[in-house]
Formats: sequence, C-alpha cells, structure tokens
Amino acid sequence: MGEFLEFQGVSKRFGPVKAVNNVSFSVKRGEFFSLLGPSGCGKTTLLRLIAGFEQPDSGRILLDGQDITQLPPNHRNVNTVFQNYALFPHMTVFENIAFGLRVARRPKDEIEHEVMSMLKLVQMEDKAWHLPSQISGGQKQRVAIARALVNKPSVLLLDEPLAALDLKLRQRMLLELDLIHDQVGITFLYVTHDQGEAMSLSDRIAVMHSGVTEQIATPAEVYEAPKTSFVASFIGDTNFFDGIVSSVPDDDYCLVDIPDFADIEGFNGVLCYNDKKKAVGGRVNLSVRPEKFGISIDPPRRQFAHMNVLRAKVEDIIYTGNHTNYWVSVGSRRIAVYQQHAGYLLDEKPIRWGDDVWLYWNADNGYMLDDEAAPDPGLGDNVKGV
Amino acid sequence: MSTRKLREICATAPSLVWLTAFLLVPTLMVLTFAFKKADPMGGIGTEWTFATLRSLANPSYPAIIWRTIWQSLATTAICVAVSIPMAYYMARTGERTRRFLMVLTILPFWTCFILRVFAWMSLLHPHGIVKNILVALGMADPSSQLLYTSGAVLLVMVYNHLPFAILPIYASAEKFDYQLLEAAADLGATRATAVMRVFIPGIKAGIFAAILMVLIPALGEYVIPDMVGGPASEMIGNKIAQRVQNDRNLPHACALSAALMLFVMGPMVAYLFARRKGGKEGGRFSI
Repeated sequence: MGEFLEFQGVSKRFGPVKAVNNVSFSVKRGEFFSLLGPSGCGKTTLLRLIAGFEQPDSGRILLDGQDITQLPPNHRNVNTVFQNYALFPHMTVFENIAFGLRVARRPKDEIEHEVMSMLKLVQMEDKAWHLPSQISGGQKQRVAIARALVNKPSVLLLDEPLAALDLKLRQRMLLELDLIHDQVGITFLYVTHDQGEAMSLSDRIAVMHSGVTEQIATPAEVYEAPKTSFVASFIGDTNFFDGIVSSVPDDDYCLVDIPDFADIEGFNGVLCYNDKKKAVGGRVNLSVRPEKFGISIDPPRRQFAHMNVLRAKVEDIIYTGNHTNYWVSVGSRRIAVYQQHAGYLLDEKPIRWGDDVWLYWNADNGYMLDDEAAPDPGLGDNVKGV
Repeated sequence: MSTRKLREICATAPSLVWLTAFLLVPTLMVLTFAFKKADPMGGIGTEWTFATLRSLANPSYPAIIWRTIWQSLATTAICVAVSIPMAYYMARTGERTRRFLMVLTILPFWTCFILRVFAWMSLLHPHGIVKNILVALGMADPSSQLLYTSGAVLLVMVYNHLPFAILPIYASAEKFDYQLLEAAADLGATRATAVMRVFIPGIKAGIFAAILMVLIPALGEYVIPDMVGGPASEMIGNKIAQRVQNDRNLPHACALSAALMLFVMGPMVAYLFARRKGGKEGGRFSI
C-alpha cells in the first residue's frame, strides 16, 4: 500500500481568507479517509481542489504518482458525491448513472450492463426509470453514489453525503457506505463535520481547523491521543488542565501544579505521563476525557501506581440510562465525569447532588497536548456538550 | 356550489372578461370578416363570400410568406443564441454587474419604438456612422447598401426583440443549479457537453418562452421592414397594413391575418398537445 493521493504544500486563498494553508498529507490506495472539521475549516475546499473545481495557489496534488494539479475536472479520474446530490433533474435515474459512460462514448450494451450492475449495488433496480423528483432523499443519495462509482474512479470524493438525511436514514446509509467501500475497494475521501460519521467509517481521519490539518491518525488515536486542544475538544468531550511542571520524579512522569487547584488542602500536583519530556517550570496543557475518571462516595478501594486522587463536590447529575454525567467542582474548577453503569449494584450508595466525592484517574489517561493553552475555557470549564 | 368554487370564479372573472372582450371576440371577428365581401367605402360588406380567401392564392404571397417565416425564425434563433450566454453570465456574475446588465436590457423600452428604429436608420444610412466605419476598415464597398436590405431588417428585428428573449431565459438561468455543471464536468463532460446536455435542458422552459415571445411578434412585424427594409424585404405584416391603409380592404386584411394566425397557432397547439399526451413532463410548461 503506497501513497496514492498526495498533497504537497497545498494552499488556497479566497480573498484575505486562507481556506487551505500549506497542507501536506497522503492517502493510501483503498483507504477510507475522512476530512473532519467544523464548517469553514477548509475541508470542502480541499475536496474541490482534488475534484478540480478549484486550483490551488501553490503546492501540488498527485494521484497515483501523476501530477493532477492543473488538470481540468473532466480529465481527472476522480468522481464526487455532492452534498445535495446534484442529480440531473431532466434525466431518469438510469440516464443519470449512464451520463459519465455516455460522455466517454462507451458502447451501448456495455453502458446498459454497467448501469444495471450499479443499480443492483445500490439496490435501486426498480427505480431505474424514475426522475430524481420522484424518489426520496435516501434514494437520491444512492443514485449519486452509483453515478460516481460507475466511472470506476481512482478516488471517490464524498462531500457531507449524509448531511441532508434524517437520523435513522443516516445510520442506515452509514452502514451501506461502509459495505459499498468494502465491495468496490477504491479509495474513499469523505468530508464531514460529524465526528460520529468520521469515527465509524474511516481508516484514518484528518482533523482540520482554520485551513490546516491538526492531526492525521486512526479514529482511536485521534480520540485517545489528541495532539492539540482543538482535536481534543472537537472529537468528543474533554477536560483541560493548564499548569506548570513542579517536579519530575522519574523519566516517565511529572507532577503538574494546577493553579485552579491551589486552594485544595494537601494538593501537591497532578501526576501525568511526561511523553513530551517537560522539565520543571514547563507549561503543560493536559486533556483528560470525562469517562477516564472514577468517582465514588467512599475512598477508592484499589490504589494504582500512578493515580491522582482529589476530593470533589457534585454539582450536577444527568442520568442517561447507559451512563451518568456528573459535573463536579474541584477547587475553582468544574470537571465533567461520565460513568458507565457496567456492574451497577442496586445496594451501592448512590451519589447525590451536593455530595462530597472522591475523584480519581490514572496518570496515563491524562494526555499532554502540543499547544500550551486551551482554545477557550468555555462552558462548564472546557467541557463542551453533554 | 361551494363558496370556495364561487370565490375562484370571482377571482378569475375580471381576467376572463378582459380576455373574452379584447382577445377572443376580436379574433373571432377577424376570422369572420375573412368570409365577408369588401365594402367599397372601406368597411365590411354584408354578403358572405369565399372570394377573399381565394385571392390569397395570388402568386406574390408565397414568396412573402416564406420571407416572413425565415426572417422571423432567423430573428428568433439569433435572439435565443445571443440570450443564452448573456443569461448565463447575468445569473453567475455579481449583484452590481447583474443589475447594470438588467438596466441595459430594459433601458431601450424607455424610448419610443419608432424613435429607436429611426436611430437605426441614421446609423445604417449611406452616410451614417456604421457605413463610414465599415468603409474605413475596408470591410464594405463605398457603393454598397446597408439600409433598405433584408440584412438591415434582420439586424433591427434582432435588436428590438432581444430583451424579450433575454428576460425569460435569464429567469430560468437564475434558478438553474450550477452545481449540476460541476457534476457534469466531474463525470467527464467537456464544457460544451455540459452546456448542451445539462444547462440547456435545465433552462428549456425559459428558451421555450423566449421562442414564443420573439417568434409571434416577429411574424406579425411590419414597422421594421417598412422603415429599414426595401421592396424586396416586405413581410406579411406589410401586406396586411397595405390592405388596411392603402386598399381599404378589411376582409382581405382579415383573411391574411387569419392565415398568419392559423399558421402560428397550428404548430404550437399541435406541439403543446403532443407534449401533454407524451405525459411524463406534461403540465410543466403550461404556457
């Protein structure tokens, strides 16, 4: 598996806005690769650059070793599934799918055969002679995918393909997309702002922010080991701890003094895994996912080698069935804690509002970020959403 | 009768009365008078006759009818061909340019039609500016004639009817989803193919409206050939005007009008009927 689609220092401006700023990365053959980020992060521009609808101001785009930067869209072996499908309204489903083959002047019986097998792949055989206005959103989506795939592109570009569908349909199409990718085996480049879609479909994700790729990694890596505070807060929820290294007891761990915790009695720093080899006095921005915490009324029974234990006060509880979200205050901070209910015991002392609790987590679950300050302290102390 | 139905009738009544009084009745009058005898005083006689219709077989008419058809079709074709790129540009450009072009399109209407044709007469005049420029560029012979030719008629007819083609085509082009052109390019189509197979079918309602808006008045045109055309560029409209104004023969004028009307409406009604029967897209272009 070599590098198949390659970006080399690609930049694109729209007036004063740097939509894509010196982006370099590569996608492997057959990979399901996602560009994930909020609106305006440059992910759609990047996709349009690959499709050829836009020309980069600088940099090169290579497809299978060939420089395609200057090629017009109709000479690129990539096809796009548009966000609003962009089906030709005056053509039947069959003619929509056949369009690419007709333009390529393929023989008639071959077109018939190819289109029919595509219709079969997306389970739309019975709608072949309908107009786009006569089929539902989910069906249009399938036609759009079939219309792109029938040309056997090297890369299939998908621009927020599920955004216009309702939740149930989105979940079903998600599974179907995954299945189609497995069946056709070509490279998928998927643009989305929905972390759930990106996480569940992708082999790898590029998290984009303000025109740059913040992190390119597998879904698990992006979630468990975010590189920057943007990635940590955009993918899932997290707690940020901003502090200064107070001591480095051994090669692997360091103690971080958190100013917000200064008034806690007996607090002498948060232990964290020192993968960035920070020295005493170095600034640390730590991300700890809410589900990594343990919370209990009684002191934690088992002690781990590198455990942080703090006293906290419960401020808010939201019970959601499969887990409970707590907001607890520690020092002058609010921290989000998500608890799974695996092994729930009915006779266990329940945690209530205003209870004093023990909060603990393994130092290995705190992740040092590249950037030293959280982007915005925000709601409930750096915890977004519920 | 439900109140809803009553309300519908009340709402439709004014336009129905208007159309009946000023369109249906005059049309029927024209058709009826074609079968009347001419009154020597210039009015309509009382006797019925087929003589007027028979006089249409006059050998000078086929040539004039043929010229009317091709002049009108050529005007329509040129107007539509010019309007499509114009409408595309107007739909895609910025708000300021769009408004400017729109004003340019509509501005000529603020001047009297006759004055505009007079303006063309002075432009095309043997000593006019167009002629002088063409001669200076060596593109025209000093002795050649610009004014009083079929070419001049076509030019002024295109000029005069162009807004009627631009406006409906622009109305369609404005609503067109231009991502479809990107989709076509994405699927391998060249720009020309994308325009022919996606853009033009996408704005066909506007094109169809433009054809009607240009072709119908063009077929009945008589002022322009009268003013900038020569004796060899007369159209059927001129003949009708002559029958009314010079010969004072209203039945003959009516017969010519009726023939023209049937000629225009016949194919159109047949076309609309065929469309409706064809089913699939029926009703989408109910004009």
